[in-house]
Amino acid sequence: MLLLLLIGPRRCFTGNVSSGLPLEPTPPHEDYTMENFTPLTSLLGGLLIGLASAAMLVLNGRIAGISGITGGVLRAGAGDTLWRVLFVAGLLTGGVVYGLLSPESFAVTIDRSVPALLAAGVLVGFGTQMGNGCTSGHGICGLSRFSGRSLVAVLTFMATAAAMVFAVTTFFGGTI
Amino acid sequence: MTPKAHLSAFGTGLLFATGLALSGMTLPAKVIGFFDFSRGLESWDPSLAFVMGGGMLVYLPVYRFVKGRARPLLEDRFRLPTRRDIDFRLVAGAALFGLGWGLGGFCPGPALTSVGAMSSKALIMVAGMFGGMFLFQQLDNLRSRQRERASSNAEKAA
Repeated sequence: MLLLLLIGPRRCFTGNVSSGLPLEPTPPHEDYTMENFTPLTSLLGGLLIGLASAAMLVLNGRIAGISGITGGVLRAGAGDTLWRVLFVAGLLTGGVVYGLLSPESFAVTIDRSVPALLAAGVLVGFGTQMGNGCTSGHGICGLSRFSGRSLVAVLTFMATAAAMVFAVTTFFGGTI
Repeated sequence: MTPKAHLSAFGTGLLFATGLALSGMTLPAKVIGFFDFSRGLESWDPSLAFVMGGGMLVYLPVYRFVKGRARPLLEDRFRLPTRRDIDFRLVAGAALFGLGWGLGGFCPGPALTSVGAMSSKALIMVAGMFGGMFLFQQLDNLRSRQRERASSNAEKAA
């Protein structure tokens, strides 16, 4: 399993390098192609995400919605903050360990300026609080619970995400 | 809440982060690749669907099993969403979130996990995310205070 953790995400980068001359420059927008399709590691990663969400349900009786748990940290509710902070600390710790073992799993190869990243963050933060959820809460948990609200939310954010990607690639050449 | 419940929250976060990193969700280029159909189907990366599918493959049967239970193992009761109405806030909020997800390639979980992995770009995005969350909560508080005032004024008038 550990071996898989290490080789899995690396594959999607060696795929590009080995397909041509090592020194041949590849434009950033060609980093993601069918060559990078990772059905096995993506499925396994998804199973782990499902397992973590299921544990949150069975043990703590809550929805594993990242934006809801994180946003609740900012709402100073008495006695309701520590578990949220610990969940986020778990996410961060997971990132620290995984990042040390496999830094390339966190490579940001898309071309985004600081203002664009900040704007993306504000939209994600504002939108998930307004719409009560993100990919985890509405996506994995909500769809599995056959929630009509979550289905509407998922279809909506998938559509606007695709529209944004289309706009950035078409009008800005993938760099913003 | 018991120490066990707190420990489980930490462990759940840890496992969640591992799944996100393994799945490729922490690579914004992969997320963008899923949403980008502009170069035709040959260069489309459907990996994200496998992440969602994998997650639901585990969560769906567990949820059905847990649904009839009285209480979770480490807490006094379940705290699950009960709302069923589809309102403007749900749709508008989801729409804004999608725009941000498409722009930066990060949704909240992978962004936080990447901050742990010392990604400076993710850190900028997360700073914006907390700002956006705070902004919405402040506006929301302001609005509910205004509503309370309006309804108490209406009561006085009546």
